[in-house]
Amino acid sequence: MNRDVEMFWWPARVLHWLMALMIVSMLFVGAGMVATVSDKHTWLLALHKPLGISILVLAVLRLTLRLLRKPPALPADLPPLQQFAARASHWLLYALMFALPLIGWAMLSAGGYPVSLGAGVVLPPIAPFDPSAFALLRWLHRTLAYLLFATVLLHLAAALYHGLIRRDGVLRSMVWRRGMRDDGASPPASGDVVASSVEDASVR
Amino acid sequence: MSPPEPDSANASSNSSPGPSRPPAPLGRYALIAVVVAAAATAFAYVAGPLDPQRLTPKRIVDHLQANGGLHPGYRRNHAKGVCVIGYFDSSGAAAAYSKAGVFARGRTPVVGRFALPGGNPYAPDGGVPIRSFALRFTQADGQQWRTGMNNMPVFPVATPQAFFAQLQAGKPDPATGKPDPARQKAFFAAHPETAAFRAWAKDRKPSASYATERYYGLNAFYFIDTGGARQAVRWRVEPDNGAATSPLSAQDHDVLAEELNRRLAQGPLQWRLWVTLAAPSDPTADATRVWPPERREIDAGRIVLARAQAQDAGECRDINYDPLILPDGIAGSDDPLLAARSSAYAESYRRRTAEEARAGGHPPKELPR
Repeated sequence: MNRDVEMFWWPARVLHWLMALMIVSMLFVGAGMVATVSDKHTWLLALHKPLGISILVLAVLRLTLRLLRKPPALPADLPPLQQFAARASHWLLYALMFALPLIGWAMLSAGGYPVSLGAGVVLPPIAPFDPSAFALLRWLHRTLAYLLFATVLLHLAAALYHGLIRRDGVLRSMVWRRGMRDDGASPPASGDVVASSVEDASVR
Repeated sequence: MSPPEPDSANASSNSSPGPSRPPAPLGRYALIAVVVAAAATAFAYVAGPLDPQRLTPKRIVDHLQANGGLHPGYRRNHAKGVCVIGYFDSSGAAAAYSKAGVFARGRTPVVGRFALPGGNPYAPDGGVPIRSFALRFTQADGQQWRTGMNNMPVFPVATPQAFFAQLQAGKPDPATGKPDPARQKAFFAAHPETAAFRAWAKDRKPSASYATERYYGLNAFYFIDTGGARQAVRWRVEPDNGAATSPLSAQDHDVLAEELNRRLAQGPLQWRLWVTLAAPSDPTADATRVWPPERREIDAGRIVLARAQAQDAGECRDINYDPLILPDGIAGSDDPLLAARSSAYAESYRRRTAEEARAGGHPPKELPR
């Protein structure tokens, strides 16, 4: 019964990877669309807004799930500083996945822009028309997006550190194993995805 | 094959304690570094710094700023202007081609702006013959249609790259304060597509009123009807405000806004919105070419302006007249200038709102000159 007790709950894993794809795409879309005068600007912007709102909706769902079920504990032998860094960076990721779409929405509202998601769908403004507020929110949107990208890189580096250096199962707890039959104690290497394969390979 | 459990350090029932884990080879640290560096590099490429050749909104706006001078709080182009408030009475005739609410029979409020080209808010009104008219229509459902029109039927260039080259050629010579004529000449020689615009500009005198000008949407768009059918269009507004008076001379400095106020004190000003329907062979991606005059035109309705407001305090001040802010029922064409206008206007808006915010919510005062 407790064979995947060390794993993240499957809905958490599904949401993690789906949102990882969406958020990383979003960061590249945002950085790219403001750095070109080509028609990429137009279609990236058209993608940016509905994708951002989708991330916001999924973030609500994800936080709910996160509060419903505790994630697996960090390894007991992880140094306290790394324990702290892990917790802090995760809450920062959560905070930013809420903050960025909300700031983007408020920014467009303050700039007097219609918050169009395409196909005639327009969201109501969530901030009064105020160009000075627009200026601040526009700056925040960019600055926090860079912070989010830096945090994502840190998260990626830490995940690989757990998977390749410490080999402590933390990375594996967020991925899939094809055969999780035997109480999770020793999954077959042949069915593992990259993370556990590299962990396994290391032992030889 | 079933190698030893690498998770053992984490497992409560583990028998091989964590501290005895063999040291990881340096190659693994290198692998992590490479993955992270690759992600960061890809991001830096997309964001621009690793691709200096790319034409970015920043480069365009930097050049506009260099040519017009830095005037904090003002638009980086069409910096000198005046706000107007009014409405659009749709005839309903364009509704067969576009499902946008603005074309259904009825009234839509507009906030507009007349302006001169260039980044200098202190430019003389009589200096150039170009005038512009921007409009924001706000539909009852919250969707908006924003358009920026000019009084010439064609744009000088067809691409953002050519526009950038034109900006570079128009950079004032520090010695004279005016663009170098030789560079201008070289630019026009290298860009024959500017011929139609130059022919227009050659005979054109700076009008003494914003009210007697015709303004053209320049770029092509698509109208989309309720069935989803797309029709390429261009639009223009035709004045119904009496005959033009004698043109301005180069010395006339601040007369246009005053003149507009005087007219509005007498009564509202009106324009008719005409929509031209393209034939399939007409170019949609080239703003330097007009469509043949025999194309079908629709009288979409009447734009009525009731009053004007000074631009440093009026409602138009903080509107970005991005031509790609369109309601459902109008869409941008493949004209490459549209995306460039949209992205450069956004960069100009970002800069000037930040300057306003730093000055306490209004454009910073500049010393009179």
